[in-house]
Parts: sequence; structure tokens; C-alpha cells
Amino acid sequence: MSDFLYLYRGGEDGRTPERVQQTMQKWMTWMKDLAAKGHVKDQGQPLERHGKLVSGRQKAVTDGPFAEVKDVIGGYTLIQARDLEQAVELSKGCPIFEVDGAVEVRPVRTLSM
Amino acid sequence: MEPSEHLFRRESGRMVAALTRIFGVHNLALAEDVVQEAFCRAAEVWKFRGVPDNPAAWLMATAKNCALDALRRERTARTFAPELGRLVESEWTLAPAVHELFGPNEIKDDLLRMMFSCCSPRLPEEAQVALVLHILCGFSVDEIAAAFVSSHAAVEKRIARAKKVLARSGRLFDVRATAEFSARLPAVHTALYLLFNEGYHGASAESAVRGDLCREAMRLAALLLEHPLGATPTTLALAALMSLNAARLPARIDTDGRLSTLFDQDRSLWDPTLAREGLALLERSASGDEVSGYHLEAAIAAVHAEARRAEDTDWPKIVALYDVLLRIHPSPIVALNRAVAVAQCEGPERGLEEIGAIDQRERLARYPFYAAALGELELRLGRRDDARRHFEDALALARNPAERRFLDRRRAACA
Repeated sequence: MSDFLYLYRGGEDGRTPERVQQTMQKWMTWMKDLAAKGHVKDQGQPLERHGKLVSGRQKAVTDGPFAEVKDVIGGYTLIQARDLEQAVELSKGCPIFEVDGAVEVRPVRTLSM
Repeated sequence: MEPSEHLFRRESGRMVAALTRIFGVHNLALAEDVVQEAFCRAAEVWKFRGVPDNPAAWLMATAKNCALDALRRERTARTFAPELGRLVESEWTLAPAVHELFGPNEIKDDLLRMMFSCCSPRLPEEAQVALVLHILCGFSVDEIAAAFVSSHAAVEKRIARAKKVLARSGRLFDVRATAEFSARLPAVHTALYLLFNEGYHGASAESAVRGDLCREAMRLAALLLEHPLGATPTTLALAALMSLNAARLPARIDTDGRLSTLFDQDRSLWDPTLAREGLALLERSASGDEVSGYHLEAAIAAVHAEARRAEDTDWPKIVALYDVLLRIHPSPIVALNRAVAVAQCEGPERGLEEIGAIDQRERLARYPFYAAALGELELRLGRRDDARRHFEDALALARNPAERRFLDRRRAACA
């Protein structure tokens, strides 16, 4: 098993109380299912949509967001899968796709002897 | 843990009501935005970390924090509720003031205050109902449009207009003003009655939506009963009526999605708990000397609730109750229902006579169950051709698929 990071990008939540709750429950169901199959190493955290960017030799500080709304990272989860292919397959159950978001699947690099 | 069904929708009313009191009614839109923001924030955390033990309290606390942020952000650009006054200007006073305004006693009256504000005489009844559903029950425009079988655009316009009237009214209704409370109470009763009936008889075919509307109306009626000025005999009668009718709701649509009448409902599906509650409420409603239309409608529903089989129904008692109801609230629909009850006691011929004698009968021309009642009685007299024609008329007026399927089956019975 290898580790992979899911980065959730974009995806607007529903604009009504009922929709927000439904979306949340779909996420919980999906996450619970992944965990039950032993794929969740760290369920992760949501991230605020704003922040600061520190960059350059001058360590210039600028305000976020750093990308278009649809590309802002809204949270992350650390999962375990056989290989990248399986990690990608597992990500397809994420409810973020229903609201035009995306999941970036990144293998965690390890050094093996 | 799993959040309870419709948790967000149910909490929405309380949160918007609390925030509107703090922001002032002219900032209703801001209150709604902040509540939506609170929902999104809570949902984002919960989808990763799970729902906490007391989600409603968390939602309210999140709303409070979001409200504080909004007050800080907007304090130079907007004026807020007078009771917040100058406290909003300084960080020293802002947080404690908001904290106090979110105290349990303050929160308690918020829903009621909003309910009475929505039932303003400046708004047409249908707008009052839409506003109650939208603000107090957290229904989206689409959910309301589905319930009323109306277009999204029409509902949106109705709600936007009503909100504008509410926002311009300057202040929320004062639920501690005894005289005003009593004066506005009948309008609140009417709105809740219409809300319930929309769920019970309404045009939306989807039974889930209809059950939701009935439950929301019952929830708000229960809230009214908790308030000393709200717990009048008429409110009790209205709550009784709702419980007794809601008890029959599980049997109203049969397994094939067809409307099922009182005569052929599977009474074992009736909810005994709701029926008992309804009977108890009805008994309590008889304590004063008020007799409202709700009392009579509840009493009629109680007669049905007490009949184990359709043929055990005490029809003479029902006719007598309709006689009184007709005196209090003369209406062709009440008269039609009375005529159907007369037919049960004295035969279809007498029922047809009574229908023929209904005052302002022409007002029933667009009501499918007027033609259906004629068809039913003609059919019992064996006049199949006449009966079929009436059912065809009724079919042409059917308002939803469940009614259409029901009437189609009745027409087929005439063959």
C-alpha cells in the first residue's frame, strides 16, 4: 500500500440549507465507506478559502486566494491505495464532482531502500 | 453521528430569526446570507471531522460567530437593530452584547416574532405562507415551487416582493404587546392552516413534500401553543385538526400512488399516536367559550378518527357539525362536504338534492371533487352514463397525477 494525498479543488456547495446538508451527508457517506475499506490514513481537514502567500527572496506577503475560485484547495485527505490507478478510482466516488469540483490525486513520494 | 433529517432546514428558521433581530429587519437579506455562510462553514468541517453531539447548538454558535464577523465588517456601512445601538461600535461592547442577544430566553421568542412578522396584513395570504415556508421553515424557492406546483420564477418573485415589504416595515412584530398579539393571531392561524392544507390536499404529487409541509405546520402550531398568549382554544383546535388529519396521511395515497378516499382507506395505516394527540388537543380546546371553524373541522375529523371501519362512521353527527360550520363559515365547499355526509345518512338522492341547493354553487365549477361527488352519487343510483360524464368533467380539472389516477379509476368503474 502507498500513500496518496487528495486535494479537493473548487466545488460550490448548494445554496439552500437542504442542499448543504445533503452534500455534507454524501461526503460523510463516501468518507465512511473509504475508511471502512481501510483506505483512510488521515481524513484530513477543510481549509479556509483565504490566507496569505509569502514568496520571493523578499518574502513578499500577498493576500490569497491564489487562484480562481474553481481551483482553490478546500481541503485534503491522506489515503492509502495499492497504486495511483486505484487511488484515482477511489476518488471518483467523491461528491465534489456533482458540484463541478475536482480531486487532485498526488502520490506521496517515498524513498525505498 | 448522523445529523437528523432536515436538520439544517429546521435550524435555519431559528437562526435567520435570531440574526434578523440583531441586524434589524431591514437587513433581512444580510441575516440570510450569514446563516447560509454558517451552514457552509459547519458542513465543511463536519464532512471531514463528523457531526458533533449537539449539532443544533454548534450551528447556532457558528451563526453567532459569523454574525460578529458581519457586524465588524459592516458596522461603518450599515445601521443595525436599535437594541444593539452604539454597542456595535466598540470591540469592548460588541461581543458581550451579541452574546447576550443569543441567550436562550432571547432565542426562544425569535421564531414566534418572525412568524407574526411574516403574517403581516400588508401581505396577501399566499405570500404570507410562502414567506413562512421560506424564512421559518428554511425551504428553498425550488422546494416551495414543487410544493405549490408553481414555477420557480413565480415563487421567487412572490418571495422577493414579500421580503421587500417585510424589510421596509421598519421593525419586527413585538410578541410582548398583548393587544397586537391577539389581533394578529387569526392571520397566523390562517397561514398555518393554509400551509397544512397545502400539504394535505395540495397539488404536489410527491408525498414526501406534502408530509413535510404538514409537519412544518404542526411544528409551528406547537410553538404557538408554548407561548402563553398563543395557547388559545382556537390554537388548540387548529393543532387538534392538524394532528387528526395528519394521522390519516399515511393512508391517503395507496401503494400505487393513487389518492384513496376516506371510504376505502386502509385504516390500519392511520397513525394512532397522532390521533390520540389530536383527540386530547380537541378536548383541551373546549375549555373556553370560543367555537371556531377549526373546532368544528377538528370535531368532524375526530368522528372519522373514532370509526374503526368506514361503515361505523356516525354520519348524522357529522352532518350536524357541518350545519354549525356552515353557519360560522358559509362556503360552497363546506356545503358540498355536508351534502356528501347527508348522502351517507339519507341516500344518494338526498345528497344530489342538497348539492343542487348549494348557495353559490357556480363557485365550485373549477373544483374537481364537485363533479366527482356528482359522479359518485349518480353511480350509486345506477345512472352510469351520467356518472361517467361527471367523472370526465372532474378528470379535465384534476390538478395532479394522484388526482388524475384516482378519477380515472372512478370513471372506469362506470363502465
